[in-house]
Amino acid sequence: MEDDKSLLKPQQGLHPEDNSRRNFLKQSTLLTAVALTPVAAVKAAESHMDEKIAEAFEKLPLKMEVNGVAKSLQVEPRATLLDILREQLDLTGTKKGCDHGQCGACTVHVDGHRVNSCLTLGIMVNGKKITTIEGLAKGDDLHPMQEAFLKHDGFQCGYCTPGQIMSAVACIREGHANSEMEIREYMSGNICRCGAYPNIVNAIQEVKEGGIAV
Amino acid sequence: MTNKNGLTRVDGRLKVTGAIKYAAEYKFPGLVYGVVVSSTIAKGEITGIDSKAAEKSPGVIAVISHLNAPKIPGYDRKPNDFDPNIKTFNDSKIYFYGQPVALVIADSFERAKHAATLVKVSYQKQQQQTSLTANLQNSYKPWGDGSDYLRGEANAYRNASVKIEAEYHTPIHVHNAMEPFAMTAVWDGDKITVYTKAQAIKSMQQDIMNMFKLPIENVQVYSKVIGGAFGSGSPLWPYAKAALIGAKVINKPLKVVIDREQMFTMVGYRSPAVQKIGMGASADGKLVGITHEATGETSTYQQFGEGITDTTKFLYDCPNVNTQYRLTRLDLSTPTYTRGPGETTGVFALECAVDELAHALNMDPLEFRKKNYADHDPEENKPWSSKYLDECYSLGAEHFGWDRRKQKPASVIENGWLVGYGVGSGAYGAGRANCSARAKLSADGILLIQSSTSDMGPGTATVMVKIASDIIDIPVENIRFELGSSALPAAPGEYGSITTSSVGSAVFDTCTELKEKFKQIAGGTDNPDYLKILKEHNLPFVEVTHHTSGRAPDADKYSAHAYVTHFVEAHVHPATGMVKIKKVVSAVDGGKILNPITARSQIIGGVVWGIGMSLTEEGVLDHRYGKYVNANLGDYHVATHADVPQIEVVFVDKKDPVTNPMGSKGIGEVAIVGFAAAVANAVFNATGIRVRDLPITPDKLI
Repeated sequence: MEDDKSLLKPQQGLHPEDNSRRNFLKQSTLLTAVALTPVAAVKAAESHMDEKIAEAFEKLPLKMEVNGVAKSLQVEPRATLLDILREQLDLTGTKKGCDHGQCGACTVHVDGHRVNSCLTLGIMVNGKKITTIEGLAKGDDLHPMQEAFLKHDGFQCGYCTPGQIMSAVACIREGHANSEMEIREYMSGNICRCGAYPNIVNAIQEVKEGGIAV
Repeated sequence: MTNKNGLTRVDGRLKVTGAIKYAAEYKFPGLVYGVVVSSTIAKGEITGIDSKAAEKSPGVIAVISHLNAPKIPGYDRKPNDFDPNIKTFNDSKIYFYGQPVALVIADSFERAKHAATLVKVSYQKQQQQTSLTANLQNSYKPWGDGSDYLRGEANAYRNASVKIEAEYHTPIHVHNAMEPFAMTAVWDGDKITVYTKAQAIKSMQQDIMNMFKLPIENVQVYSKVIGGAFGSGSPLWPYAKAALIGAKVINKPLKVVIDREQMFTMVGYRSPAVQKIGMGASADGKLVGITHEATGETSTYQQFGEGITDTTKFLYDCPNVNTQYRLTRLDLSTPTYTRGPGETTGVFALECAVDELAHALNMDPLEFRKKNYADHDPEENKPWSSKYLDECYSLGAEHFGWDRRKQKPASVIENGWLVGYGVGSGAYGAGRANCSARAKLSADGILLIQSSTSDMGPGTATVMVKIASDIIDIPVENIRFELGSSALPAAPGEYGSITTSSVGSAVFDTCTELKEKFKQIAGGTDNPDYLKILKEHNLPFVEVTHHTSGRAPDADKYSAHAYVTHFVEAHVHPATGMVKIKKVVSAVDGGKILNPITARSQIIGGVVWGIGMSLTEEGVLDHRYGKYVNANLGDYHVATHADVPQIEVVFVDKKDPVTNPMGSKGIGEVAIVGFAAAVANAVFNATGIRVRDLPITPDKLI
């Protein structure tokens, strides 16, 4: 279609890129305006009202609790939890490493369970409680796992670290931190290219053996 | 926090809380998002770009390509090593699969990403060549006569009483830093500020100045923290040029982050190599001759070479050594520095060959190395600045329990697994470059030290605080080290294991000068009470800036290297060919170890890279299309938790009297050198099977 804002042209045959639902929404908007007055239609077209309304219809409400704070958002269904956290809520502690669920850098807790936020659409966590790395410490008091990572030098560049820590906490909660081998197996979804693995395992073992509830 | 292992990372708290900001995490009003469209052919011309659907897609601001990009003033310049000569959006030529061909800019990431899928690029395709082994006959001398080396008689190994000849293959290795490359570019008229990952901040500033012909004061580069780089983070890569152009065109703050697949084609990799080694010794195990011939690859548009044969020239006492290095041009992007560049590849072959010859001599491979120990540099005919490789051998052997090794391969079975021990050594130059630093001690008790270095993970700020605290006696908590900005005093790039030596020397000198200044103000005292002096003289602060030469006194008279010896216990499953690394001891001569806790992490990191290199890592190309078939972290296997055992690191920890005032030698690069050979040698000891092409996957053992 040459100009999909035009009311004069009939709707052309849609091909996939034309995004039929969005065009339908936009046309309906302007048709509503025409029903009022032609002036309103022109105004609506000029101010890209159709675009704005189509955009609003394309978004869905998302209510979730992030680090104890209730959030009410409008998100596109295709937006991942990872991108919502990083780009809309400015919680950039959760990292994008691969965007394919292959590296674990984006690990967060959803209702206490570890998930790859890059493989989770925002709308899938409606009504759920999310904990990110920013929500792990209690004020200035670091979580024991954060303290242990510091002490054991469980990182170098620090980019995978939030994911490693979130995964490590969940690993203990799940009961999968009973031996060095078990920790390695259940932490293998979290890649550390700097290669801090032995230090990470030592940190997890110390927290586990410390017996503090995580 | 200081403990018996040294100072924990001064930026550690920011990293474990997720508060530290990487390149893609800076917000600006009106920030928009760019997604790079990559070429889907490896060689040819773009014949057309249909961007109509993308431009009409919601939220799209612009689609930029060579068809509409502005003329870039610096594109008439000759390229240098750090400026890959892809003039992004300059013309229609395609040099490699995955080359940036367009940039789609939209008001959200999702919209930009979707619209990028709507850009239709048509091509005139030409036949590409992407296989090194299929194109070896087209190799050339990259450095003219400097590509070859001869000491004594060429190919003398052939006349030795015991000799081996072998060919070794190493594949493409991709850095795959966890943080995807990102650039946030903010133009203000003809001034540009960028946030990116830059190992070499000052040279990136220079590259941007060159690209747009701007004066230094118009270009500000921030790289406050780097989520890993391993050598890939120095050039102004083509994607970054796209970001700079895009932000200029739309005149809005623009963020461009490349995806994992693009990390394989847009930001360098380790060149594959084919190496031939001939090595001969007398019957009692004294080396007679070594011949080492290596061929790597580079792109069709830029030459990148590395010192694959360098270590062969000096690691052992051998009267006759000849080496040659060749490159083959392929339709791939240009390779770049990758952890232990050159040495990692070359020493794999060298240290496997040493093991093969020791086996042919029926000698313990460590004894063979000791017998051929070089007590001075045979290549440059100079004394070593310091060399405790012999102590690496003995300390490592003792900690590992090398005396339990069986000389005969395939003679130990434990719980159904074949068990083997292997050793591999390595060296890496202990270099240093010019560096400046500024130190300012204020009345509030804070010592601020600044230099435009970066930190891709080793803990630059931490070791600098440690160095400063050894001179200025104030609590480490009161010492701040600021890095990551091109506006700070000039520092060299963080590469080549030179940072601690270069920046550390500048910090050492700057703090020494600051201390002297306080002494002068106070009228002479050995241990100045800094705060008291500031108060008594009514001074808000005292500040000094110092430039330190990269040339250590007498450095020219010596040959300076760091050394490592890796000991590996490998278990091989006889039915499946699966290899497990069960135990590692790495003994390191890194001069004086300034901060053991972070130094140990660097060595562990090198070993983990070595585990990946030896067992799993391989960039696999489908040569029919010149494209990667495993350009993701699910198919390109870097080592993960389950692959990595506890790693014991032993430091000789003896001061080098030449390299720098602290007596240290850089260790980040040497950490990986020789490790893959130790694994291959352990696998041979376990099975009797010699695998000469990496990675050692199960199919090669059954």
